[in-house]
Amino acid sequence: MSLLIVENLNIHFKSDRSKDHIHAVRDLSFSLKQGEMLGVVGESGSGKSITNLALMGILADSAIVKADVAKFNGVDLLSLKEKAWQKIRGQEISMIFQDPMTALNPFLSVQFQMIETIQTHLGLSKKDAIDKAVELLNLVGIPSPKDRLKAYPFELSGGMAQRVMIAMAISTNPKLLIADEPTTALDVTIQKQILNLIKMLQEKNNMSVILVTHDLGVVSEYSERLQVMYAGEIIESGKTTDLITHPRHPYTHALLASRPGALVDNLKRMPKTPLPSISGIVPAFHQRPIGCQFNPRCEFVMTECQRSPIAIEVMEPKHREFRCIHPIQSGVIQ
Amino acid sequence: MKYISKKLLDLIPTLLGITLVCFFMIRLIPGDPVLNLIGERGADPAKYLEMKKSLGLDLSITQQFVVYIQSIFRGDIGTSIISNNSVWSEFIERFPATLELGMVGLVGATILGIPMGIFAAIKRNSFFDYFLMSVSLIGYSMPIFWWGLILILLFSVKMGITPVSGRINFIYDIPTYTGLYLIDTLRPAVVSVEGFKPFWSALQHLILPATALGTIPLAVIARMTRSSMLEVLNEDYIRTAKAKGMSRKRIIYIHALRNALVPIITTLALLFGSIITGAILTETIFSWPGIGKWLVQSITARDYPVIQGGVLIISFIIVLTNILVDVIYFLLNPKMRS
Repeated sequence: MSLLIVENLNIHFKSDRSKDHIHAVRDLSFSLKQGEMLGVVGESGSGKSITNLALMGILADSAIVKADVAKFNGVDLLSLKEKAWQKIRGQEISMIFQDPMTALNPFLSVQFQMIETIQTHLGLSKKDAIDKAVELLNLVGIPSPKDRLKAYPFELSGGMAQRVMIAMAISTNPKLLIADEPTTALDVTIQKQILNLIKMLQEKNNMSVILVTHDLGVVSEYSERLQVMYAGEIIESGKTTDLITHPRHPYTHALLASRPGALVDNLKRMPKTPLPSISGIVPAFHQRPIGCQFNPRCEFVMTECQRSPIAIEVMEPKHREFRCIHPIQSGVIQ
Repeated sequence: MKYISKKLLDLIPTLLGITLVCFFMIRLIPGDPVLNLIGERGADPAKYLEMKKSLGLDLSITQQFVVYIQSIFRGDIGTSIISNNSVWSEFIERFPATLELGMVGLVGATILGIPMGIFAAIKRNSFFDYFLMSVSLIGYSMPIFWWGLILILLFSVKMGITPVSGRINFIYDIPTYTGLYLIDTLRPAVVSVEGFKPFWSALQHLILPATALGTIPLAVIARMTRSSMLEVLNEDYIRTAKAKGMSRKRIIYIHALRNALVPIITTLALLFGSIITGAILTETIFSWPGIGKWLVQSITARDYPVIQGGVLIISFIIVLTNILVDVIYFLLNPKMRS
């Protein structure tokens, strides 16, 4: 059974400048099983973070969130009142963020921030909450956890701070952890450790994880399923291994081909030739093209691509989904 | 500790500078203290010179300054030309009145201003926000002397609910203990004889001048709190607190307000200085027997020692307040503590 089911999620933002609302996320549908790790990739502005914040119910007041279905563990998220949300946030769904140095309150000690979460959701006494916090810091690999509890965020390194964030996020045994680019602000060596930690916790607690990242290498290693977002839409999704080796959407293909050292159709790029890149930029919210969102930047664009929105195509048996009328047929990438 | 003692050492050049500027500035004002003392009828030149000599005003300005600085280092900040009392004793006698007025004004402004600012920030761009911010802009723009007069006209003259001037009804003779009437009138010795009437009278006398004096600080605090809160509420760690499932109240008061307080406290320290300047105007309008009125009177009389001494003490207090603010920063910000 799916833990999270989202069907046709649409997020609009009210704009001060114009009467038209900004359509940030359109017709997003996906689901997530208990204990599964889903990778989400996409450029900045593709709607990844907005979707996550909507799942936590903490978007700004100017956001209008609509969906045919948005069910978490059988609960309809969209009908929740603030009080009920507060029970889900931090307890059932937890979130960690891109920059751990700014995500922790600089004026409050690690202990305060950790036991606050534990006490609110688990109703433990202060002493028990401190014991639990020490145990959690131990679990996420923080040396001498008792001393670290007394520390303030500025006394921690970026990697340490992210470990504290993770410890805090898993303190209530949430069913779903949303990791929004958890390693983008960290060193490459620390990245690996943090991702291994998340993977370990996911398996240990049978927790579902949504792992948002820029880094295709990262997702391919850690997540079972992958979802590629572009300009507020899912443009391709499927099993990670399958999707990465046989991308169907030209955007995914171009994205994968622009990795350093990628093998396209079993041909290694000649040394010293420039790294391929996708020309142009993601269209701004108010300048979205008609038809396929990627058509202005696509090298295989045709007139049909510019006419009307492209529907999702589903390909069995591996359940691949893509939004393209002329998908790439061969194009093997390693 | 080292930090504080360094700050205290910094005090010396600051106060020397203030003394220097003040000393020469008042001598730039036309007028002669001796002539003021002699009065309209005049005196013969010999007598005039004798008086001038006895006050030490016959020396050159530079010599006078040297003499003055020497006496300060001996711990003597001067004697009033007019009353022949020491400046310090005159100051101490009047300071509680100003302290009481200023504190009630500033504390009142803080107690009202911070919640107003928080409220405006939470209800950003709502009717309340616009309303509070326009009112505070009006409050900020109002000259104290005009606002004081309007208050007197409205509450004392038209409605007759508050007295026009003074600190307490003259029928009560309150023994001075702290010099703060709100406290002195509540001492058991007073309450057992007169009941709470003297306290009530002191409060009635205080309310208008404190309102006049507190209006600008109130406006400043409310606006400062609003912008500071808005800034903090946009921080990443507020998003974290929301994601942790914290209640709205907890996010505002525990996660945001503490951090938003830092710039507000700086503002409060700056306002303390403006309270003293404001007191000069307010006390003159409301005949409040504090240091503001005292200074204005001594300027009119060209009572040089009182002006110099008064300004020196006030600057000292203001500089000390700033050090106190640094200490509070220290306690609030964990980054500075380590």
